[in-house]
Amino acid sequence: MPSVNTRTETARDGAGLADRLRTARGQQYWRCLEELAGGPAFEEFLRREYPDQEAEWSNPITRRQFLVLMGASLALAGFTGCTRPPAETIIPYIRQPERLTPGRPLFFATAMPLGGFSTGLLVRSNEGRPTKVEGNRDHPASLGATDVFAQASILGLYDPDRAQSVTRLGRIATWEDAVHALQGALDQQRGKKGAGLRILTEAVASPSLRTQLRDLLRAYPAARWHEYEPVGREAVREGTRLAYGTDLHVFYNFAEADVVLSLDADFLASGPGHLRYTREFTDRRRVRGDQLRMNRLYVVESTVTQTGAAADHRLPLRPRDVERFARAVAGRLSVAGLSPGERTFGGWNLDELAADLRDHRGRSLVVAGDGQPAVVHALAHGMNQALGNLGRTVVVTDPIEADLIEGGAEPAPGSLADLVQEMRVGTVEALLILGGNPVYTAPADAGFSDALFQISRKSGSLTAHLSLHDNETTRLCQWLLPETHYLEAWSDGRAYDGTAAIQQPLIAPLYGGRSAHEVVGILTNGLERPGHEIVKDYWRRYFERRVRSGDFEAFWRRALHDGVVAGTRLQPRTGMTLRTDWASRPPAPATEGFDVVFRPDPTIHDGRFANNGWLQELPKPLTKLTWDNAVLLSPATADRLGLHYEMGKDGGRPGWRGGERGEVIAPVVRVHFRGPPVDAPAWVTPGHPDETITLHLGYGRERAGHVGTGTGFNFYALRTADAPWSGGGATLERTGREYTLAGTQQHYLMENRNLMRAAPLEHYRSHRDFATAGEHVHEHPAEAEKTIPERQSDLQEQTKGSRLPLSLFPDYNYDPPQYRWGMAIDLTVCTGCSACVVACQAENNIPVVGKTEVTRGREMHWLRIDRYYEVDRRDPAALRNPRAYFQPVPCMQCENAPCELPCPVEATSHSHDGLNDMVYNRCVGTRYCSNNCPYKVRRFNFLQYADYATESLRLGYNPDVTVRSRGVMEKCTYCVQRIRRADIEVAKRALEPGTPDLRQPVRELQTACQQACPAHAIVFGDINDRTSEVRKMKDEPRNYGLLADLNTRPRTTYLAALRNPNPRLETA
Amino acid sequence: MPQIYHRAFNTISKVSIFGAVFIIAGLGWVAWVVARSSYVTNVDNARLQPVPFSHEHHVRGLGIDCRYCHTSVETSSFAGIPPTKTCMNCHSQIWVGSSMLEPVRESYRTGQPIPWQRVHRVADFVFFDHSIHVQKGFGCSTCHGRVDHMPLMWQRGTLLMEWCLECHRDPAQNVRPRDEVFNMEWEPPADQADKGRALVRAYGIRSLTSCSTCHR
Repeated sequence: MPSVNTRTETARDGAGLADRLRTARGQQYWRCLEELAGGPAFEEFLRREYPDQEAEWSNPITRRQFLVLMGASLALAGFTGCTRPPAETIIPYIRQPERLTPGRPLFFATAMPLGGFSTGLLVRSNEGRPTKVEGNRDHPASLGATDVFAQASILGLYDPDRAQSVTRLGRIATWEDAVHALQGALDQQRGKKGAGLRILTEAVASPSLRTQLRDLLRAYPAARWHEYEPVGREAVREGTRLAYGTDLHVFYNFAEADVVLSLDADFLASGPGHLRYTREFTDRRRVRGDQLRMNRLYVVESTVTQTGAAADHRLPLRPRDVERFARAVAGRLSVAGLSPGERTFGGWNLDELAADLRDHRGRSLVVAGDGQPAVVHALAHGMNQALGNLGRTVVVTDPIEADLIEGGAEPAPGSLADLVQEMRVGTVEALLILGGNPVYTAPADAGFSDALFQISRKSGSLTAHLSLHDNETTRLCQWLLPETHYLEAWSDGRAYDGTAAIQQPLIAPLYGGRSAHEVVGILTNGLERPGHEIVKDYWRRYFERRVRSGDFEAFWRRALHDGVVAGTRLQPRTGMTLRTDWASRPPAPATEGFDVVFRPDPTIHDGRFANNGWLQELPKPLTKLTWDNAVLLSPATADRLGLHYEMGKDGGRPGWRGGERGEVIAPVVRVHFRGPPVDAPAWVTPGHPDETITLHLGYGRERAGHVGTGTGFNFYALRTADAPWSGGGATLERTGREYTLAGTQQHYLMENRNLMRAAPLEHYRSHRDFATAGEHVHEHPAEAEKTIPERQSDLQEQTKGSRLPLSLFPDYNYDPPQYRWGMAIDLTVCTGCSACVVACQAENNIPVVGKTEVTRGREMHWLRIDRYYEVDRRDPAALRNPRAYFQPVPCMQCENAPCELPCPVEATSHSHDGLNDMVYNRCVGTRYCSNNCPYKVRRFNFLQYADYATESLRLGYNPDVTVRSRGVMEKCTYCVQRIRRADIEVAKRALEPGTPDLRQPVRELQTACQQACPAHAIVFGDINDRTSEVRKMKDEPRNYGLLADLNTRPRTTYLAALRNPNPRLETA
Repeated sequence: MPQIYHRAFNTISKVSIFGAVFIIAGLGWVAWVVARSSYVTNVDNARLQPVPFSHEHHVRGLGIDCRYCHTSVETSSFAGIPPTKTCMNCHSQIWVGSSMLEPVRESYRTGQPIPWQRVHRVADFVFFDHSIHVQKGFGCSTCHGRVDHMPLMWQRGTLLMEWCLECHRDPAQNVRPRDEVFNMEWEPPADQADKGRALVRAYGIRSLTSCSTCHR
């Protein structure tokens, strides 16, 4: 295998992409590199709307056999429609629970833990079945929004692959057996004060579980508790130790920040508080009317993130250069102990950057990423202190692990490395692993799985894994204890700012699982206590010690109802002095070869969501890959390595195959980095730093379940303890093999007819109409205002002397009292997080189709997010760092809907409030509507995608929405089930005595995508209501319709994207 | 070459060719009639229930209001089927020894619900809401008929879409004053056309016939 890590390869390749780009006929905004370069192959490709495989008849059945079978099935199946309706029974309650009205959902506040922090949620319960997760408006980390993980957690609850029974050495056992075994092991340990007892947890979000563990350690003083979180935040903590000499917790207040500098921090998409940060950050760049102020975001990053895509200025850097950059900026900001180094960095004039930050003293913010070394965090602390941001945009508090009742610090749990050390020595006799999957996620050089295997084999030992799934770790443990999902168990957790929330179960454990609280309870005193008592007792102690006024029951009920425990926010610490001794530490030495960046996967995180079909099929925000991860590298690096990634070269491969919605054939590369090499496909990512590769963790699971096993590639195998987030010295090698990826970035191309519109804020000041200037739009705002009689008289005027009407479409009347639903999406603030896509999937029972079907362009998402890159074609270097934009595309609900005309059975038609209704029970599957839709938002059930059979999945369906079967077209309905329900509720309220007007505005109505959106980018409402937010957005001058010149009169419109660049940053 | 077909085929082929129009029309008519027959729609088909509960006795005989059992009819899409507890409110005091009521007592004792046979079955893709119809002045008897005359429950309307649309296209023909909704004896007055129009205005009733009103 020849190494391609040499420069000579470039010559063989001929012209690089930059050269082709100079002569490109492509466009300014593009989704994939092929589109940018243009060319005849691309045009040919576009013409084939459906993939090649469509025509392939791969079944061994001949045509004649097919006709015979079809004839017979038609003759027989045709009559099944003539049966009488089946008899059904109605099963009432024996005693109906209070407050429960059949047919009306209830909402309960709870909280979801992830990575040691919890987010407040409001979960919908239909007759006792949780069916949809929403954010809790009163919770500081949510503010009503959710992320993809929370949205998809409903599917995780009903996952049929969950561990359903206690097993011992793979054989089914009972909880009694397990409790007996645990108690036996404890009896042995009691004499030794627990010297052989070890507990391994993930990062624990729950203060009550922490207290329980501490009590356990008091009872067994020689026992130890270890914590391991694969996507942990050790660097953040170590950064505060460097900067302030003590463990502290840091969070940010973006609401006060005018200028933000991110040092490889993806604060909009990951980490604690990212929903809150997104809301605060986007609130400061929501341009409305004459309010023309925007904050400014500078991002330097070593990979591609959504935060980088939202930036006004973005600089891709190799990971080790981030520290150099931070030092240079800190030097210019006169942070003590640092000297001003380089004045320009990657084309940025650091004097201008520093000046911009200094001009906003106390209103600026420097954020360091969780994956950056501690010294970068210390540098960020230094800069924030120099800029006077401490206490304003940066809040430093006591550690979040500090005890809520007693206060003060508590001994930190041990690390995984310590545990492995002890396991090797042989002191560990009983190991209880609470949650997580350390065998899969542990660093490759830790040797955890070998050590665990040895202990499990030893006679007289006990290893047990409390887990949601029978996974890689369970396989090496003696006992599998099924864990409760967070929607099944009592617990609590603390948000990014310390606010505590009670985690309230929505449903009894489906498979008799137990929570960590209950298992630790058994360990502590051998008694089985329900988690409810344990958690409530903790909060009773808290109440008695810290609140002390009023009645505990009232306090408890208030906390459950609101979803937050009042008064638990961490208080800012002041009066800390910055140390400077770290500043002189030498930076990491430069290494040969590629730099490697490890990041959690954007949709399946550290691998724990690998068996969640919604998250697997969700296109990753930037790469638009589904069902796989890949080696991300930049176009220039790919060019240098001779990785052909454009169609039309070498016979069209690697590249796309199968037409507009086809699959992507990617070259497989071998990655060598501190251990056995891993082969994985390469994915060329515009904007990625050169000579660097990004590896997303979480794939390549061996025991994930039916959905997740065998998808993607396991990059944990390359991750070592000394380089958890990045490292240098990797080599890449071409293998000559190919791999099929299910990328959706080229699916549903609308051939770039001025779809994405964007401008700098300065340009907008002088050109308010830039988004629609020169566009031939048929409907003037004034026209839309006209009443129906006015329009009719206009029409009569126009058609005088002609016997034919001007339009095929009837002039529908939407004047009040009808509602006129519409949507506006602000492209300035959309961060592409994709929570809306999963929310839509959960609300509307949208099926998962699987990788093969995605490669045929058959993904069913009603709402897709198109990611566009923008380059200035006059600047060949621009491809290194294109600006990125996100455009969510739901159904446009056109007033003149092209889809409605061709339907032979009127299965899609206009409703009284202007929606394009889709009637599944009428649809015969001609697909003419999809053919006629210029926005490509209709989805067809080519096969039976919806799962009617799996019992547990049926519980999770939204009962207000039909579960579609094969052969039926479907599409976004603006969540019509919510509209109708809200309409009914408002109409009922209007009939109550004393209500003056029968027509009331519908205010509480939100579509699922709107409700989930942390950036508040999607706004839905009644356009007839002049005071509604959506109407105000549509009156903005930068409001534009997609393909509006086709006279489809879309109801969904967009506010053109604005960016706020610093005009002086790139001056010398 | 001998004759393959019998002579009668001359007539048969003539009749079938020239009669095709009528035969197809006839088949269509049969299909139309069968689809609307009570064999398919179940109209007037009294269902046997685990307990022979008589609406006639409880509604007409005892004068119990509809909402005593169907509690959520004014607030929810689902009118509600009474839990066993509701039956036992009275039947723990009266008819306590009746063998007919044994399934009710058994349900209360064992915690196993009574499996009532559904009488009005609307297709799964239809989302009907009781509360808005009741609130806007459409009485129980308009769709369910004289329940107070039904010893066992049967279905009065066909529940076909045309049956729904008949009223959705012209709600004035069936609307009644809101305080008459639960009155089983209410009959449209002679001037229902005028009165109905006035009520439609007063209650803000819209004639909703777009698909997503019921299909989602």
